[in-house]
Amino acid sequence: MAVAVAVVRGSVVGLCYGPGVSEQPLVRARGLVKRFGDFVAVDGIDLEVARGEAFGFLGPNGAGKSSTMRMIGCVSMPTSGELRVLGMDPVREGPRIRARLGVCPQLDNLDPDLNVRENLTTYARYFGLSRARARARAEELLEFAQLQDRAASRVEPLSGGMKRRLTIARAMVNEPDLVLLDEPTTGLDPQARHLLWERLFRLKQGGTTLVLTTHYMDEAEQLCDRLVVMDGGRIVAEGSPRSLIETYSTPEVVELRFADEADHSGKLAGIGRVDPLPDRVLLYADDGDAAVAEVHRRGLAPSSVLVRRSSLEDVFLQLTGRTLVD
Amino acid sequence: MVSAMLAARLSPSRVGAVVGRNVGALRSGPSYWLVLVSGFFEPVLYLLSIGVGVGALVGDLRLPGGRVVEYAVFVAPAMLAVSAMSGALAETTFNLFFKMRYAKTFEAVLATPVRPLEIAVGELVWAMVRGSLYTAAFLVVMVALGLTRVGWALAAFPATLLVGLAFGGAGMAVSTLMRGWQDFDLLSTGQFALFLFSGTFSPVGEYPPMVEVLVGLTPLYHAVELVRGLAIGELGWGLLGDVAYLLVMTVAGLAFAARRIHRTLCV
Ligand SMILES: Nc1ncnc2c1ncn2[C@@H]1O[C@H](COP(=O)(O)OP(=O)(O)OP(=O)(O)O)[C@@H](O)[C@H]1O
Ligand SMILES: [Mg+2]
Repeated sequence: MAVAVAVVRGSVVGLCYGPGVSEQPLVRARGLVKRFGDFVAVDGIDLEVARGEAFGFLGPNGAGKSSTMRMIGCVSMPTSGELRVLGMDPVREGPRIRARLGVCPQLDNLDPDLNVRENLTTYARYFGLSRARARARAEELLEFAQLQDRAASRVEPLSGGMKRRLTIARAMVNEPDLVLLDEPTTGLDPQARHLLWERLFRLKQGGTTLVLTTHYMDEAEQLCDRLVVMDGGRIVAEGSPRSLIETYSTPEVVELRFADEADHSGKLAGIGRVDPLPDRVLLYADDGDAAVAEVHRRGLAPSSVLVRRSSLEDVFLQLTGRTLVD
Repeated sequence: MVSAMLAARLSPSRVGAVVGRNVGALRSGPSYWLVLVSGFFEPVLYLLSIGVGVGALVGDLRLPGGRVVEYAVFVAPAMLAVSAMSGALAETTFNLFFKMRYAKTFEAVLATPVRPLEIAVGELVWAMVRGSLYTAAFLVVMVALGLTRVGWALAAFPATLLVGLAFGGAGMAVSTLMRGWQDFDLLSTGQFALFLFSGTFSPVGEYPPMVEVLVGLTPLYHAVELVRGLAIGELGWGLLGDVAYLLVMTVAGLAFAARRIHRTLCV
């Protein structure tokens, strides 16, 4: 595995873009460990996030994504290893670091006793903004989150997507250098998700450094310049979405479903790598249509055939032997 | 030394932001006003029923110093101290527990530069704002009923603030240890026991000696002694001991609460 990661790194260096090469990274971890009692949630990870980058953590439930994010956010202390955020030590300079972070936690923790606007102004005050500045910033962010017409509403009656947008807007209140987003779009409908992606993309264009976690391959592909795949507290792969797909998958994937329960792996052998899942068989191929033609030529009659571009989902499956969202 | 240590680590603007959050919450919650108002009436009702009603049966009372006062004059300062205690506890127990465990209010705050100690101090300051409204109103009632004079009322007011700080600090410390709502029953039982046995309704000199020693260890006793001494103008060196007791309680309560908030939420 060490070799695999090294190889991925080698291919990634050239992909790092922007001024990050000479500047010190905004986040730097070496052998970072988080333990809860005997349980090891984060098991010695190394990573660097450069300024202006959008960096992703991808992984299944319990991989250690949130634990890592909370350590970067300086609300949870590393058990061991080295961590620098914005060049500072979270143990000694937590408040100074947090002053320049924007944090969107996995579960919304908006203030139920305040209305939408007050949630923003109050949060701004925690960062030391003046009342006038806090009000002005709240108006900007209401627009950003498209919540102007709900500004006087309590938080409870908002839809999940609105709450999420408000939480993300709240994270922007101090114009942070680094924004941490823990599963920003989980639980949202596709429309709400696309709206959020667009908002995050705008932030990134504006030069804000993003670190986000997700279960979703499409999200990682949309938003991340670079990502790590986590599993069981470890980083199992690292690279740009493209390079990961190139290394761990093929350009195209054929999804075959069969009416019968029989094992067709044998007959598919040689066409490409075969991955039998409970409900379908995946066939990795450079050319999907050619692979489908070969399947039919061999006399197989799948009940449905789907040729699609390979995604990070396939990478994850290849790396861990498990599907990502179960 | 302690205050210098606190000052070095506290940002007034961040403490102010924590207080401001509670002001905002009060403004946007209409039902909250009712809670606030009811908090004022409880001690006033005790004063009227026990101080004035029972006082008519008991008659006058001789203080340890030899002065003879009406029973209501003796009881009223105790009710004032109780009011300072309950006002502070109302804000720092139930409400604090809710903000810490259920509403995740503090979790959100801790992601900002605000530190646990600043949360604790901000919450305490807010509790004092609420508590001092009760005690100020109660002092006005006392002056109106002729149970104290304006000058002594003004002297007693800062003492009620100190009582509020001490109980607020202790209340926060205890709340951070609460495991669930049922633990609050214990707290209110304890609060009621203090209310009955802190020299509130009779001078502690009339308790059996063992009980007197025990009572001398409890916080409301010192609060009542201090507030009563000032409200009726019976000053003595013993009051400094009461002040010291309440100061230690404030600082220890705050420090413990801040530590527990950190321990509980920053895992
Ligand atoms: N405070 C805690 N105490 C004990 N165990 C914890 C605590 N927080 C997390 N864990 C455990 O650490 C592991 C990693 O949790 P973490 O929340 O970091 O995972 P995650 O990758 O964010 O998962 P998800 O996708 O479900 O959010 C899990 O097994 C979890 O049960
Ligand atoms: Mg998580």
